[in-house]
Amino acid sequence: MKKGHIIGLGIIAIAIVIIMTSIGDASSYESFNTAWEMKEDGEDKSIHVVGQLKKDETGQVTGLEVREDKTSFTFLLVDNEGTEQKVFYNEPVPADFQRSEQVVVIGSYREKEIFVADKILMKCPSKYQETDVQAAGM
Amino acid sequence: MINTFVGNLGHLMTIVAFVSALVTAYAYIQYFRANEIEKASWRRFSRISFYIHTGSTVLIAFSLFEIIYNHRYEYFYAYSHSSKALPVHYMISSFWEGQEGAFILWAFWNVILGVILIHTNKFWEAPVMVVFALVQAFLISMIMGVVIGDLKIGSSPFMLLRDATQAPIFQLNPDFVPEDGTGLNPLLQNIWMVIHPPTLFLGYASTLIPFAFLIGGLVTKRYSEWIRPALPWAIFSAMILGMGIIMGAYWAYVTLNFGGYWNWDPVENAVYVPWLILVASIHTMITFKKSATALKTSIVLVIMSFILVLYATFLVRSGVLGDASVHSFTDLGLSGQLLIYMLFFLAIAVVLAARAWKHIPTSEKEADVYSREFWIFLGAITLGLMAFQVILPTSIPAWNALVESFGGISNMAPPADQVEFYTRFQLWFAVAIALLTSVGQFFWWQKIDKKVLKEALVTPYIVSVLISAAIIVLAKVYDWKYIIIVLAGTFTIVANAVILAKILKKSTFKLAGGSLAHIGLGMILIGIMFSSGYSDVISINMSGLTYSNSWEDEMNKEHVLLWINKPTQMKDYTVIYRGRQKKVVGVPEYVPAKILESTGNVNEAIALEDYKEHFKKGDIVKIVLEENDYFKIDYLQNETLKFSLSPMSQFNEGMGGLISSPDSKIYLNKDLYTYVAAMNDYEDPEWKEDENYEVSPGEQFHIADFVTYFDGAEVLKEIEGYQLQEGDVAVKAKLRVLDYDTEKLLEPTFIIRNNQVGKLPVIDTELGLKVSLENILPEQNKFVFKVNQYQKDYVVMKAIVKPYINVLWIGTIIMLIGFTVAIFRRFDEFQKMRDKGLE
Repeated sequence: MKKGHIIGLGIIAIAIVIIMTSIGDASSYESFNTAWEMKEDGEDKSIHVVGQLKKDETGQVTGLEVREDKTSFTFLLVDNEGTEQKVFYNEPVPADFQRSEQVVVIGSYREKEIFVADKILMKCPSKYQETDVQAAGM
Repeated sequence: MINTFVGNLGHLMTIVAFVSALVTAYAYIQYFRANEIEKASWRRFSRISFYIHTGSTVLIAFSLFEIIYNHRYEYFYAYSHSSKALPVHYMISSFWEGQEGAFILWAFWNVILGVILIHTNKFWEAPVMVVFALVQAFLISMIMGVVIGDLKIGSSPFMLLRDATQAPIFQLNPDFVPEDGTGLNPLLQNIWMVIHPPTLFLGYASTLIPFAFLIGGLVTKRYSEWIRPALPWAIFSAMILGMGIIMGAYWAYVTLNFGGYWNWDPVENAVYVPWLILVASIHTMITFKKSATALKTSIVLVIMSFILVLYATFLVRSGVLGDASVHSFTDLGLSGQLLIYMLFFLAIAVVLAARAWKHIPTSEKEADVYSREFWIFLGAITLGLMAFQVILPTSIPAWNALVESFGGISNMAPPADQVEFYTRFQLWFAVAIALLTSVGQFFWWQKIDKKVLKEALVTPYIVSVLISAAIIVLAKVYDWKYIIIVLAGTFTIVANAVILAKILKKSTFKLAGGSLAHIGLGMILIGIMFSSGYSDVISINMSGLTYSNSWEDEMNKEHVLLWINKPTQMKDYTVIYRGRQKKVVGVPEYVPAKILESTGNVNEAIALEDYKEHFKKGDIVKIVLEENDYFKIDYLQNETLKFSLSPMSQFNEGMGGLISSPDSKIYLNKDLYTYVAAMNDYEDPEWKEDENYEVSPGEQFHIADFVTYFDGAEVLKEIEGYQLQEGDVAVKAKLRVLDYDTEKLLEPTFIIRNNQVGKLPVIDTELGLKVSLENILPEQNKFVFKVNQYQKDYVVMKAIVKPYINVLWIGTIIMLIGFTVAIFRRFDEFQKMRDKGLE
């Protein structure tokens, strides 16, 4: 075998390893129901759940509980299927958290009652879509 | 009044630029094809056309800046990206905050580069400029803002606000102009954000040059000659792009709160990948110049680096990343256009390369293990694999979008822990690269066989092992992975330093580019290993208190809650939060916020107290960005103040809440990095119920938890801000409130006028207290105070020690110097050949 071939095979082997790990380590978007099924099947992989904060009739966010030392909190997230779930996040409340239109939690179930988020991504009302120009200063 | 002139000018120039780009492309094609007699006139025409294009592009940029600079908020772009309070250098940031501005910046660099190329090339002008003009046509089309039926081409930055939004106010008054804009994202209000985007876009723009030379080479069938003019530009491009990436990383380090300089975010990956490929292409191009191998590889890599820049732009700006990235770029409806742009050039390049493929010279002989080609080729492959490993998962959102556009469902998400995922591979690739550079450099400068190689490598090997051992012992590097990195990094530095010394002894500094850049690489590797691998969160809660006694307590709490004035133990330090501060024009240090009161005008405040020699009570002072609060955190050791840090936070309603920037204490061998993660919002406090205290002068009592002394009261002759009348009685009570080591004077006032009682309460936001003097009971010699509590001011903060991060920064600077030296050398070579009339 020529050196070129060995190198070629090496590249292919590494590329395959890269592709496999990329697929293997890729997370997935789930609902709370499918996430819980995964947990029951013994899969502990971190997954993404997209949802919205639970709001009361007046549009206020409800269910936000900040721990006494203010370094962690729990909140209620309603996923796109309408399942409500208590989520724990071991970080202080992000400042624009309550304003977010959509929240993506990345993490896994600890027990049925609590989903532990390792990371939170927030979609905030973009200023590009801001259509109400303030009339102040007319 | 609405000024439509500038907008119309900008829009007109956009159309002129677009048309002239197409004309230029056509003219240069004609010039290229024309016979000797007509050539001169076509060339003149093409150049004039390109200069018209250049002029109009510059005018587009000018018009947009004029709109921002003169606060023309009737324009959507100025309204949504700027505000009156911005200083001029941040207006420059406003310019490219929006995507349209970024495209203008890109187009602007392209024309500058185009003009330089016209004047530095003879032979290559026509084919290169055709590619340039076509790229420009695509870029300008992004800001055209033309709507034909359902088809929208580009998004114009010269849109009026009333056309961009459907705000009802415009139905009442179409000429309405908002008083102020919504401002620039505070995270971009940083000096690095003024220079980072132009650098990055110059890098983006310059990747076009090697690509254009390649296309020129393929079209003119000069399959190998294109390398000489392309090489200095490829190195230039890699240098600028690299500098842009580093600036971005540094900006992230000093302004963003994720606690580092690199987060493997898709937006970062999207620039990192083309850069890797670009660097790989430089190496294969240099190899080709030396030994006529690797030409095909170079062609593929040059095409890839250019296409990857377009792909990166597509990923970042099409909105396809959606919620996969923390960088939120909204979809301006340009994704289709960007895709066409990318596919167009990909198709051209692939077709031309495929057609020429069998004519491209290759060397038949197999590269020998003891040849430099072999080692450089391995290096290029490793760089390629590095790029592949990053771009694959980064493209997952694009993959989902692709599957969904064909009606399928794909719920793949990027890896949950990106840092861990990418580091696992990139680390070892980087080690391989480091080792390859040191071995490769030896092969580069001399013909070597097995024996010579051993001899050449043995000294650097021993020296680097010794140095590594010292580093490992002194810095306590005990993890085997990190030990390997230290070894690889030191070996790279030592081996390349040996080469550098030889070069300097024998010939000129001009040849030192390669070894300098590689020394930089070794330092970067070691710097990253220390600053990331041994980054140490010291803000672990040490109070010993558990709050809920559940599994939650087992999780690492990486933040500490600091109540104002309360000392808190944190690893080797005692930290105390001392309150908020502001930056005042003309005062070198931060000024306590409590002695300033806003006048209602933008960035202006009145001083409530004297402050050192800088200003007096009652002075009007100018504040630098009044929304910014700097939280003073004192660090103490052995009860003496070591230093104070002032991490910044800005509460910005328009931008969606709190935006924070860290502050670091920089030592030679480490940084102590501190940022505020949450803070008290005392704008609109919910006061708790009234508490009443009856106290005699001289008495000590407790307000909430605070020990308070009632020192007595005095009758006032005058009160600030009040007109006392004949017969009025005004009494001021003096309360001293103790909070740890600080003492606060609270002086509520009580006024009697015609049997009416007026009370002037005092509010102390730091202590979260509102105290008013409710009543005076002369018979009992008692004063009645009403107290409402809110909560003491606090911050939740995180502190991280990052050892040897300076090694990383110094390494990047050395690497950039290496690149620069190489640019000069290669450009010199090109010039000599050109002047001989060979190219």
